[in-house]
Amino acid sequence: MIEIQQVSKTYNGKNGQVHAVKNVSLTVRKGEIFGMIGYSGAGKSTLLRMLNGLETPTDGEILIDGVSISKSKASQLRKERQKIGMIFQHFNLLWSRTVLENILFPLEIAGVPKKQRVERAKELVRLVGLEGRESAYPSELSGGQKQRVGIARALANKPKVLLCDEATSALDPETTDSILSLLTEINRELGITIVLITHEMHVIQKICQRVAVMENGEVVELGEVLEVFTNPKQDITKKFVKQVKGTEDLFITELTHDTSSNGNTKKLTFTQSHVQQPHISEAVKLFDIEINILNGKIVQTSEGSYGTLLVQMIGKTENVENAVSYLQTQQVEVEVV
Amino acid sequence: MTKLFPNVDWNIMLTATKETLYMTIISIIATFVLGLILGLLLFLTGKDGLLENKLSNTFLAAFINIFRSIPFMILIILLIPFTTIIVGSMLGSNAALPALIVGAAPFFARMVEIGLREIDKGVIEAAKAMGASTITIILKVLIPEALPAILSGITVTTIAIVGYTAMAGVIGGGGLGNLAYMEGYQRGNNDVTFVATVIILIIVFVIQIFGDIFTRKIDKRG
Repeated sequence: MIEIQQVSKTYNGKNGQVHAVKNVSLTVRKGEIFGMIGYSGAGKSTLLRMLNGLETPTDGEILIDGVSISKSKASQLRKERQKIGMIFQHFNLLWSRTVLENILFPLEIAGVPKKQRVERAKELVRLVGLEGRESAYPSELSGGQKQRVGIARALANKPKVLLCDEATSALDPETTDSILSLLTEINRELGITIVLITHEMHVIQKICQRVAVMENGEVVELGEVLEVFTNPKQDITKKFVKQVKGTEDLFITELTHDTSSNGNTKKLTFTQSHVQQPHISEAVKLFDIEINILNGKIVQTSEGSYGTLLVQMIGKTENVENAVSYLQTQQVEVEVV
Repeated sequence: MTKLFPNVDWNIMLTATKETLYMTIISIIATFVLGLILGLLLFLTGKDGLLENKLSNTFLAAFINIFRSIPFMILIILLIPFTTIIVGSMLGSNAALPALIVGAAPFFARMVEIGLREIDKGVIEAAKAMGASTITIILKVLIPEALPAILSGITVTTIAIVGYTAMAGVIGGGGLGNLAYMEGYQRGNNDVTFVATVIILIIVFVIQIFGDIFTRKIDKRG
């Protein structure tokens, strides 16, 4: 679907050359929600903007459905862009146009006849849930409503791909969730491939299937979101994962100090399907031990849930050991902390 | 009326008012078109502009700055040969037009450019991302988004032009300025000068009020 082949981007800055993107290669599959996460300056924004030709790579090539975006001529690139929707952190609506007129704009650019234009725009207003606000101006809308207009506008020409440039970073958490649900819905119902960039792991966790972690212009980690969450390899990835897991690790250290005397504090890591099953109570019944839950967190991702529990196992050493091996056979990871 | 303003010939005053309005209207139309084009070009050829071109931009900026800086009285004198060729005479209302336009267009062009620069870069980028051509961006993004600034710019420019017409009148341009100078000042008829001034003030106020109303009506930024 989208192929990024050995793409690099170098700027000539005031203080010499800036390597914004360094030799990135990856493929985004058709119909998936692909996330790129990184701190500001990691190159994710430059990479995203190369996907619709707002930036041209210094080296390498970008193909969407086999068509080279990076090597298209200006007029062909304009045609291709009509099939690639984009939404922005600051919405970038025309303030001189109403909601409906803003949605009409891309259709005017594509040269859709007037009657069809209005019909399509009204359809989109319904899709994003803005009925009744058609003739409002952007200045009369809330941030979430503005982003809905942005989404409707981006979808107007029935694009194959939707690029989201920090689309929820200017919104409060609640509005962020509603926009993310809307994006998921669009992805499912219209089958549009979504590529989004963000610095919030929460966004990745909520809607993405795969994620690329970027640092200093390079993709340092790439994989299924669940895999990356349960098994982060790079330090930066661990930091991002911690964003969602919160300050759990801090608690662990505190609690470990309190309970270290008996040495029976264990960290249990559950993945996906196992979360729902009652392993803990099974272990208690089978091995005559007591389990004291000290701390726990279950995180929902788009592919399933995973979580960790910090427990204290009290009982005969033998029983505890048996319980541990039982849990391991149930594919629960057990770590002594 | 005759007792209050013994020296005012109301027919002549009316003709002079019409001349002032004529000069103002014709030159504001030409200034609007010319200034808008110059302002757009200045913006488009500027840094990170859609038609970025350093050489053209420097040349345009220099041209605009020079004509904006020449005092209007001197500009009229400098343009006399040019005016004589174009209009065929250097007297009367038409003779004032070239100087009025050349003086006001660069002034307005700068205001257009400032208005355009206030447009959020993101909006232009969004239009590009939708596949808009440069001409579409100019017509459907730049001009509509900068319209309040352009309108308030044209209001200020029109008022400046009314002032310029009075100056042009002094060296034979016709209109209220000419009347106030020739009939009022030269002959010591202060009542003529006073009435001419009041009419000019009324014209200016009317322009300002309408300019403000339109600007406010069109500004949807909230």
